[in-house]
Order: sequence, then structure tokens, then C-alpha cells
Amino acid sequence: MDWQGQKVAEQLMQIMLVVFAIAAFITGYIVGSFELMMYVYAGGVVLTILTTIPNWPFFNRHPLKWLDPSEVEKHPKPQVTSSVSKKKTAKK
Amino acid sequence: MHSFGYRANAVLTFSVTILALICAIASISDNFNSPSPTATVQILNINRFLRKSNGDDEVGFTLDISADLQSLFTWNTKQVFVFLAAEYSTPKNSLNQVSLWDGIIPAKENAKFSVKIKNKYRFIDQGSNLRGRDFNMTLHWHVMPKTGKMFADKLVLPGFRLPESYR
Repeated sequence: MDWQGQKVAEQLMQIMLVVFAIAAFITGYIVGSFELMMYVYAGGVVLTILTTIPNWPFFNRHPLKWLDPSEVEKHPKPQVTSSVSKKKTAKK
Repeated sequence: MHSFGYRANAVLTFSVTILALICAIASISDNFNSPSPTATVQILNINRFLRKSNGDDEVGFTLDISADLQSLFTWNTKQVFVFLAAEYSTPKNSLNQVSLWDGIIPAKENAKFSVKIKNKYRFIDQGSNLRGRDFNMTLHWHVMPKTGKMFADKLVLPGFRLPESYR
């Protein structure tokens, strides 16, 4: 799951649970059945689990673009030659 | 939210928090119910009225208890406990409460009832004060919710009087 996917998964989880809780309470209150409220909410929780916990391809649409390995050869690591250059690298 | 376990933990903790919240709101919604229960109690017969050997008075009734407690039930009500008490005052005690009958009402369908029974628990005074005594029949109830706060209330039915002599 990429960074963007993690953010989407967290927001989706919170929104889905709140919406299902409101829907469950309203249906339960109107029908007058506590059991129905529990079943609607339980269904909502299961649906939320199935939506947000597995690593669906949906959450991997923004992969990190790493630099190509060939870049390493073009920009070699600075070699430690003297104490002056050592300080410079440390500052970096 | 980087791993399976972390996401599972987040969903479960948040869902249980919200579950507690909707249960609390369900309990609060009980306050919008304004019940109007009715009850009548008749003494069909006084089966016995005597002074026991230790000096305490005892009465035995046959009672007709009719009540409609359906309005006590809301969507958040598990059951209602109801009991009938004889309440009277004596020179020694300003309030005596003697439970005569009780019952558990498991559902709204059973909340409108009429029973003819002998008093389930014995009506014994602490002393010999029952002859010619005025007393109230009081129907008490405790509403037990599925979640949240319990409610208790009562209905006082005044105007009962015991006979002047033992029989």
C-alpha cells in the first residue's frame, strides 16, 4: 500500500464506520428494534473490514518513483580524502 | 496504516468506540419516552386475618391485579420488573412497605395483564397494628434497558382498609 493509499484507507475507514453507525441508529430507532441496529452496524463493520484492510490494487495507484539504479554511477559517493572534506560531508 | 495488522487494529478500535457511542445515544433516547401506565388492584377476598403466636398480625388476600404497562417499553427495554407493595404508617414506623406480589415482564406483549392470585409473599406487620388500618397498594416498577440507565417509578393506589376484627 503506497502513501496515498494509506491516507485513503484511513479516511475511508472512518467515514464508512460513522455513516454506518448513523444509518444503523436511524433504522433501529424508526423500526423500534435494538437488534436491527446491531445487525446493520455489524454488517457495516464487516463491509468496512473487507474494504479497508486487504491491500486492494485501488490503494496502489501512486507508487513511489525511485531513481533508476544507473543514476548511482553518474553521481558517485564523495570519497573521504581529507579532514576538510570529511567535515563537509558531515554537514550535508 | 502501512500493514494488515495495523489497519485491522484501527478498524476494530474505532468501530468499538462508535458502538459505545450509539449505545449511549440509545440510552439517552429513552428519556424522550413519557410513559402513562395504568393499574387497578382489587381485594377479592380476605382469606385470613389473625394475630400470630409471636404477636404479629398477618393478613392473607386474594388479589385481582390488572395493569397496562405497555407504555414503559421502548426499543431499548430488555424487561420490566414490577412489584406490588402494601404501604401504611404505624406509630412506630412512618412507612411500612410489604411486598405482596412481583413479576418480570419480558416483552411489550406481556405488559397488559390481569391476574387473580393469593398474595405471593406473606403480609405480616411488625407488631399488631393492622386492625382497621388504612393502607395504599403501590405498584412499583424498574425498567431494565438493554444499554444504559435503569428507570424506576411507581403508581400509588390509595383507599384500602383492613377490617376492624380478626377473622
